[in-house]
Amino acid sequence: MAAGQPTIDAPTIDALGQFKLHTVLGPIGASVNFTQSNLLMVVAGALILALLYFGARPRAIVPGRLQAAAELSYDFIYSMVSEQIGHEGRRFFPFVFTLFFFILFGNLLGLLPFSFTYTSHIAVTASLAILVIVLVTVVSLSIHGLHFFSYFFPKGAPVLLAPIIVPVEIISYLSRPVSLSIRLFANMVAGHVMFEVFATFMVMMAGAGAIGYLGAVGPLALNVVLMGFELLVAALQAYVFAVLTCIYLHDAVHLH
Amino acid sequence: MDHEAAKALGAGIAVIALAGVGVGIGNIFSALVNSVARNPSARDQVFGLGILGFALTEAVALFALLIAFLILFT
Repeated sequence: MAAGQPTIDAPTIDALGQFKLHTVLGPIGASVNFTQSNLLMVVAGALILALLYFGARPRAIVPGRLQAAAELSYDFIYSMVSEQIGHEGRRFFPFVFTLFFFILFGNLLGLLPFSFTYTSHIAVTASLAILVIVLVTVVSLSIHGLHFFSYFFPKGAPVLLAPIIVPVEIISYLSRPVSLSIRLFANMVAGHVMFEVFATFMVMMAGAGAIGYLGAVGPLALNVVLMGFELLVAALQAYVFAVLTCIYLHDAVHLH
Repeated sequence: MDHEAAKALGAGIAVIALAGVGVGIGNIFSALVNSVARNPSARDQVFGLGILGFALTEAVALFALLIAFLILFT
Protein backbone atom coordinates (compact mmCIF):
# COMPACT_ATOMS: atom_id res chain seq x y z
CA MET A 1 0.00 0.00 0.00
CA ALA A 2 1.40 3.43 -0.95
CA ALA A 3 2.62 5.63 1.88
CA GLY A 4 0.40 8.57 2.78
CA GLN A 5 -2.77 6.74 1.96
CA PRO A 6 -5.02 6.62 4.99
CA THR A 7 -4.74 3.20 6.53
CA ILE A 8 -8.02 1.42 6.98
CA ASP A 9 -8.31 -1.46 9.37
CA ALA A 10 -9.07 -4.41 7.17
CA PRO A 11 -12.27 -6.00 8.44
CA THR A 12 -11.49 -9.43 9.74
CA ILE A 13 -13.64 -12.32 8.63
CA ASP A 14 -15.76 -13.48 11.55
CA ALA A 15 -17.50 -16.19 9.59
CA LEU A 16 -18.57 -18.37 12.48
CA GLY A 17 -19.96 -15.57 14.67
CA GLN A 18 -23.34 -15.81 12.97
CA PHE A 19 -23.91 -19.23 14.51
CA LYS A 20 -23.61 -18.01 18.10
CA LEU A 21 -26.68 -18.57 20.20
CA HIS A 22 -28.12 -15.87 22.40
CA THR A 23 -31.29 -15.81 24.43
CA VAL A 24 -34.32 -13.90 23.22
CA LEU A 25 -37.56 -12.57 24.73
CA GLY A 26 -35.80 -10.64 27.49
CA PRO A 27 -35.48 -11.94 31.05
CA ILE A 28 -38.15 -14.62 30.61
CA GLY A 29 -36.23 -16.18 27.74
CA ALA A 30 -32.93 -15.80 29.57
CA SER A 31 -34.23 -17.65 32.64
CA VAL A 32 -35.18 -20.72 30.60
CA ASN A 33 -32.38 -20.39 27.99
CA PHE A 34 -34.83 -19.76 25.16
CA THR A 35 -32.51 -18.96 22.26
CA GLN A 36 -33.18 -17.60 18.78
CA SER A 37 -32.77 -21.17 17.54
CA ASN A 38 -35.73 -22.29 19.64
CA LEU A 39 -37.71 -19.23 18.59
CA LEU A 40 -37.21 -20.08 14.92
CA MET A 41 -38.20 -23.69 15.53
CA VAL A 42 -41.47 -22.42 17.00
CA VAL A 43 -41.92 -20.06 14.05
CA ALA A 44 -41.25 -22.87 11.58
CA GLY A 45 -43.73 -25.13 13.33
CA ALA A 46 -46.36 -22.41 13.35
CA LEU A 47 -45.78 -21.70 9.64
CA ILE A 48 -46.14 -25.38 8.72
CA LEU A 49 -49.35 -25.66 10.72
CA ALA A 50 -50.64 -22.43 9.19
CA LEU A 51 -49.85 -23.66 5.67
CA LEU A 52 -51.72 -26.90 6.22
CA TYR A 53 -54.61 -25.37 8.17
CA PHE A 54 -55.31 -22.45 5.85
CA GLY A 55 -54.43 -24.58 2.83
CA ALA A 56 -56.90 -27.30 3.72
CA ARG A 57 -59.72 -25.01 4.84
CA PRO A 58 -61.18 -23.79 1.50
CA ARG A 59 -61.76 -27.36 0.25
CA ALA A 60 -62.24 -26.01 -3.26
CA ILE A 61 -62.37 -28.43 -6.16
CA VAL A 62 -60.17 -26.08 -8.16
CA PRO A 63 -57.56 -25.20 -5.53
CA GLY A 64 -56.25 -21.70 -5.00
CA ARG A 65 -52.57 -21.00 -4.60
CA LEU A 66 -52.34 -21.83 -0.90
CA GLN A 67 -54.46 -24.94 -1.21
CA ALA A 68 -52.40 -26.06 -4.20
CA ALA A 69 -49.21 -25.61 -2.16
CA ALA A 70 -50.60 -27.67 0.70
CA GLU A 71 -51.92 -30.39 -1.58
CA LEU A 72 -48.74 -30.53 -3.66
CA SER A 73 -46.54 -30.87 -0.62
CA TYR A 74 -48.79 -33.59 0.80
CA ASP A 75 -48.79 -35.43 -2.53
CA PHE A 76 -45.05 -35.05 -2.97
CA ILE A 77 -44.15 -36.65 0.35
CA TYR A 78 -46.92 -39.23 0.05
CA SER A 79 -45.71 -40.48 -3.33
CA MET A 80 -42.10 -40.45 -2.13
CA VAL A 81 -42.94 -42.55 0.93
CA SER A 82 -45.07 -45.06 -0.94
CA GLU A 83 -42.52 -45.35 -3.75
CA GLN A 84 -39.54 -45.83 -1.49
CA ILE A 85 -40.95 -47.93 1.33
CA GLY A 86 -43.81 -49.61 -0.45
CA HIS A 87 -47.39 -50.13 0.55
CA GLU A 88 -46.77 -50.80 4.23
CA GLY A 89 -44.67 -47.64 4.44
CA ARG A 90 -47.70 -45.40 4.54
CA ARG A 91 -47.89 -45.47 8.30
CA PHE A 92 -44.52 -43.68 8.37
CA PHE A 93 -45.91 -40.88 6.22
CA PRO A 94 -46.63 -38.46 9.12
CA PHE A 95 -43.12 -38.91 10.48
CA VAL A 96 -41.40 -38.28 7.14
CA PHE A 97 -43.72 -35.36 6.40
CA THR A 98 -42.91 -33.70 9.72
CA LEU A 99 -39.20 -34.32 9.31
CA PHE A 100 -39.12 -32.93 5.77
CA PHE A 101 -41.03 -29.78 6.59
CA PHE A 102 -39.20 -29.10 9.82
CA ILE A 103 -35.87 -29.21 7.98
CA LEU A 104 -37.15 -27.39 4.89
CA PHE A 105 -38.58 -24.48 6.88
CA GLY A 106 -35.45 -24.34 9.03
CA ASN A 107 -33.26 -24.07 5.95
CA LEU A 108 -35.50 -21.51 4.24
CA LEU A 109 -36.05 -19.33 7.30
CA GLY A 110 -32.28 -19.27 7.78
CA LEU A 111 -31.86 -17.60 4.39
CA LEU A 112 -33.78 -14.51 5.51
CA PRO A 113 -31.40 -11.69 6.45
CA PHE A 114 -30.69 -11.36 10.20
CA SER A 115 -32.29 -14.72 10.71
CA PHE A 116 -30.77 -17.87 12.10
CA THR A 117 -30.56 -21.39 10.69
CA TYR A 118 -31.28 -23.92 13.39
CA THR A 119 -30.21 -26.74 11.07
CA SER A 120 -26.71 -25.26 11.11
CA HIS A 121 -26.17 -26.65 14.60
CA ILE A 122 -24.93 -30.21 14.85
CA ALA A 123 -26.93 -30.61 18.05
CA VAL A 124 -30.18 -30.19 16.10
CA THR A 125 -29.26 -32.30 13.07
CA ALA A 126 -27.70 -35.02 15.21
CA SER A 127 -30.81 -35.31 17.36
CA LEU A 128 -32.94 -35.63 14.21
CA ALA A 129 -30.60 -38.28 12.80
CA ILE A 130 -30.51 -40.22 16.07
CA LEU A 131 -34.31 -40.07 16.20
CA VAL A 132 -34.42 -41.56 12.69
CA ILE A 133 -31.93 -44.32 13.41
CA VAL A 134 -33.54 -45.30 16.71
CA LEU A 135 -36.93 -45.42 15.00
CA VAL A 136 -35.52 -47.56 12.17
CA THR A 137 -33.95 -50.00 14.61
CA VAL A 138 -37.06 -50.24 16.77
CA VAL A 139 -39.31 -50.77 13.74
CA SER A 140 -37.01 -53.44 12.38
CA LEU A 141 -36.77 -55.22 15.73
CA SER A 142 -40.52 -55.13 16.24
CA ILE A 143 -41.29 -56.48 12.76
CA HIS A 144 -38.56 -59.08 12.40
CA GLY A 145 -37.57 -59.83 15.98
CA LEU A 146 -34.15 -61.37 16.21
CA HIS A 147 -34.11 -61.87 12.44
CA PHE A 148 -33.10 -58.23 12.37
CA PHE A 149 -29.50 -59.31 13.01
CA SER A 150 -29.42 -61.23 9.74
CA TYR A 151 -29.31 -57.76 8.22
CA PHE A 152 -25.61 -57.63 9.04
CA PHE A 153 -24.86 -60.76 7.03
CA PRO A 154 -26.35 -60.67 3.52
CA LYS A 155 -27.86 -63.87 2.24
CA GLY A 156 -25.66 -65.92 -0.06
CA ALA A 157 -22.37 -64.50 1.15
CA PRO A 158 -19.70 -67.12 1.89
CA VAL A 159 -19.58 -67.99 5.60
CA LEU A 160 -15.79 -67.73 5.54
CA LEU A 161 -16.11 -64.00 4.89
CA ALA A 162 -18.31 -63.43 7.95
CA PRO A 163 -15.51 -62.03 10.15
CA ILE A 164 -14.99 -59.29 7.55
CA ILE A 165 -18.53 -58.66 6.33
CA VAL A 166 -20.24 -58.46 9.72
CA PRO A 167 -18.04 -55.72 11.22
CA VAL A 168 -18.17 -53.73 7.97
CA GLU A 169 -21.96 -53.96 7.89
CA ILE A 170 -22.23 -52.97 11.55
CA ILE A 171 -19.93 -50.01 11.03
CA SER A 172 -21.86 -48.89 7.96
CA TYR A 173 -25.11 -49.20 9.92
CA LEU A 174 -23.75 -47.15 12.79
CA SER A 175 -22.24 -44.50 10.54
CA ARG A 176 -25.67 -43.71 9.06
CA PRO A 177 -26.70 -41.17 11.70
CA VAL A 178 -23.24 -39.59 11.53
CA SER A 179 -23.35 -39.04 7.78
CA LEU A 180 -27.02 -38.05 7.90
CA SER A 181 -26.44 -35.34 10.50
CA ILE A 182 -23.11 -34.06 9.19
CA ARG A 183 -24.41 -33.76 5.63
CA LEU A 184 -27.19 -31.38 6.58
CA PHE A 185 -25.10 -29.49 9.10
CA ALA A 186 -22.11 -29.08 6.73
CA ASN A 187 -24.31 -27.92 3.88
CA MET A 188 -25.93 -25.22 5.97
CA VAL A 189 -22.74 -24.05 7.67
CA ALA A 190 -20.72 -23.98 4.44
CA GLY A 191 -23.41 -22.01 2.62
CA HIS A 192 -23.76 -19.40 5.33
CA VAL A 193 -20.00 -19.08 5.81
CA MET A 194 -19.65 -18.43 2.09
CA PHE A 195 -22.25 -15.64 2.30
CA GLU A 196 -20.28 -14.10 5.14
CA VAL A 197 -16.93 -14.44 3.35
CA PHE A 198 -18.14 -12.78 0.16
CA ALA A 199 -19.93 -10.06 2.12
CA THR A 200 -16.65 -9.34 3.90
CA PHE A 201 -14.87 -9.15 0.53
CA MET A 202 -17.42 -6.52 -0.43
CA VAL A 203 -16.59 -4.41 2.62
CA MET A 204 -12.86 -4.87 2.03
CA MET A 205 -13.22 -3.74 -1.60
CA ALA A 206 -15.31 -0.72 -0.68
CA GLY A 207 -12.57 0.27 1.76
CA ALA A 208 -10.16 0.68 -1.15
CA GLY A 209 -11.81 3.86 -2.49
CA ALA A 210 -13.71 4.69 -5.67
CA ILE A 211 -12.35 1.83 -7.77
CA GLY A 212 -13.11 -0.50 -4.92
CA TYR A 213 -16.79 0.41 -5.11
CA LEU A 214 -16.80 -0.84 -8.69
CA GLY A 215 -14.86 -3.92 -7.69
CA ALA A 216 -17.31 -4.64 -4.88
CA VAL A 217 -19.98 -5.37 -7.50
CA GLY A 218 -18.24 -8.69 -8.14
CA PRO A 219 -18.72 -10.24 -4.70
CA LEU A 220 -22.22 -8.73 -4.53
CA ALA A 221 -23.21 -10.43 -7.78
CA LEU A 222 -21.64 -13.65 -6.54
CA ASN A 223 -23.64 -13.41 -3.33
CA VAL A 224 -26.87 -12.95 -5.28
CA VAL A 225 -26.10 -16.05 -7.35
CA LEU A 226 -25.16 -17.90 -4.18
CA MET A 227 -28.52 -17.01 -2.65
CA GLY A 228 -30.26 -18.73 -5.55
CA PHE A 229 -28.02 -21.74 -5.14
CA GLU A 230 -28.69 -21.84 -1.41
CA LEU A 231 -32.44 -21.85 -2.06
CA LEU A 232 -31.86 -24.96 -4.17
CA VAL A 233 -29.65 -26.51 -1.51
CA ALA A 234 -32.18 -25.78 1.24
CA ALA A 235 -34.90 -27.72 -0.57
CA LEU A 236 -32.53 -30.40 -1.81
CA GLN A 237 -31.05 -31.18 1.60
CA ALA A 238 -34.47 -31.46 3.19
CA TYR A 239 -35.41 -33.82 0.34
CA VAL A 240 -32.21 -35.84 0.73
CA PHE A 241 -32.76 -36.20 4.48
CA ALA A 242 -36.33 -37.38 3.90
CA VAL A 243 -35.37 -39.75 1.08
CA LEU A 244 -32.57 -41.32 3.09
CA THR A 245 -34.96 -41.74 6.01
CA CYS A 246 -37.32 -43.54 3.62
CA ILE A 247 -34.51 -45.76 2.31
CA TYR A 248 -33.50 -46.71 5.85
CA LEU A 249 -37.12 -47.40 6.71
CA HIS A 250 -37.38 -49.57 3.59
CA ASP A 251 -34.37 -51.56 4.81
CA ALA A 252 -35.98 -51.87 8.22
CA VAL A 253 -39.30 -53.09 6.85
CA HIS A 254 -37.94 -55.45 4.18
CA LEU A 255 -34.45 -56.37 5.47
CA HIS A 256 -32.49 -55.88 2.22
CA MET B 1 6.62 -21.65 9.58
CA ASP B 2 4.36 -18.74 10.35
CA HIS B 3 1.11 -19.72 12.05
CA GLU B 4 -1.08 -17.84 9.55
CA ALA B 5 0.82 -19.24 6.58
CA ALA B 6 0.41 -22.76 7.91
CA LYS B 7 -3.32 -22.15 8.29
CA ALA B 8 -3.66 -20.93 4.73
CA LEU B 9 -1.64 -23.86 3.41
CA GLY B 10 -3.71 -26.32 5.43
CA ALA B 11 -6.96 -24.87 4.14
CA GLY B 12 -5.63 -25.10 0.59
CA ILE B 13 -4.61 -28.70 1.04
CA ALA B 14 -7.97 -29.55 2.60
CA VAL B 15 -9.89 -28.55 -0.52
CA ILE B 16 -7.86 -30.81 -2.83
CA ALA B 17 -10.66 -33.28 -2.12
CA LEU B 18 -12.87 -31.17 -4.37
CA ALA B 19 -11.07 -32.64 -7.40
CA GLY B 20 -12.66 -36.00 -6.70
CA VAL B 21 -16.04 -34.42 -6.14
CA GLY B 22 -15.75 -32.63 -9.48
CA VAL B 23 -15.10 -35.93 -11.23
CA GLY B 24 -18.01 -37.51 -9.35
CA ILE B 25 -20.53 -34.81 -10.22
CA GLY B 26 -19.37 -34.83 -13.82
CA ASN B 27 -19.89 -38.57 -13.90
CA ILE B 28 -23.38 -38.30 -12.46
CA PHE B 29 -24.53 -35.73 -14.98
CA SER B 30 -22.89 -37.48 -17.92
CA ALA B 31 -24.75 -40.64 -16.97
CA LEU B 32 -27.94 -38.60 -16.57
CA VAL B 33 -27.59 -37.01 -20.01
CA ASN B 34 -26.76 -40.38 -21.49
CA SER B 35 -29.80 -42.11 -20.07
CA VAL B 36 -32.18 -39.27 -20.95
CA ALA B 37 -30.82 -39.25 -24.49
CA ARG B 38 -31.37 -42.98 -24.80
CA ASN B 39 -34.82 -42.99 -23.25
CA PRO B 40 -36.38 -39.53 -23.04
CA SER B 41 -39.59 -40.87 -21.50
CA ALA B 42 -37.67 -41.94 -18.37
CA ARG B 43 -36.61 -38.36 -17.76
CA ASP B 44 -38.79 -37.68 -14.72
CA GLN B 45 -37.67 -40.76 -12.81
CA VAL B 46 -34.00 -40.50 -13.76
CA PHE B 47 -33.83 -36.79 -13.02
CA GLY B 48 -34.81 -37.27 -9.38
CA LEU B 49 -32.18 -39.97 -8.99
CA GLY B 50 -29.57 -37.75 -10.61
CA ILE B 51 -30.35 -34.86 -8.31
CA LEU B 52 -30.19 -37.18 -5.31
CA GLY B 53 -26.77 -38.41 -6.41
CA PHE B 54 -25.66 -34.84 -6.98
CA ALA B 55 -26.71 -33.84 -3.47
CA LEU B 56 -24.96 -36.82 -1.89
CA THR B 57 -21.75 -36.12 -3.82
CA GLU B 58 -21.89 -32.42 -3.15
CA ALA B 59 -22.07 -33.19 0.56
CA VAL B 60 -18.58 -34.69 0.32
CA ALA B 61 -17.35 -31.42 -1.16
CA LEU B 62 -18.92 -29.57 1.72
CA PHE B 63 -17.19 -31.79 4.28
CA ALA B 64 -13.86 -30.72 2.78
CA LEU B 65 -14.97 -27.11 2.57
CA LEU B 66 -16.08 -27.22 6.19
CA ILE B 67 -12.68 -28.51 7.28
CA ALA B 68 -11.06 -25.67 5.34
CA PHE B 69 -13.34 -23.14 7.05
CA LEU B 70 -12.61 -24.65 10.45
CA ILE B 71 -8.88 -24.34 9.81
CA LEU B 72 -9.21 -20.77 8.59
CA PHE B 73 -11.64 -19.30 11.09
CA THR B 74 -11.08 -21.08 14.39
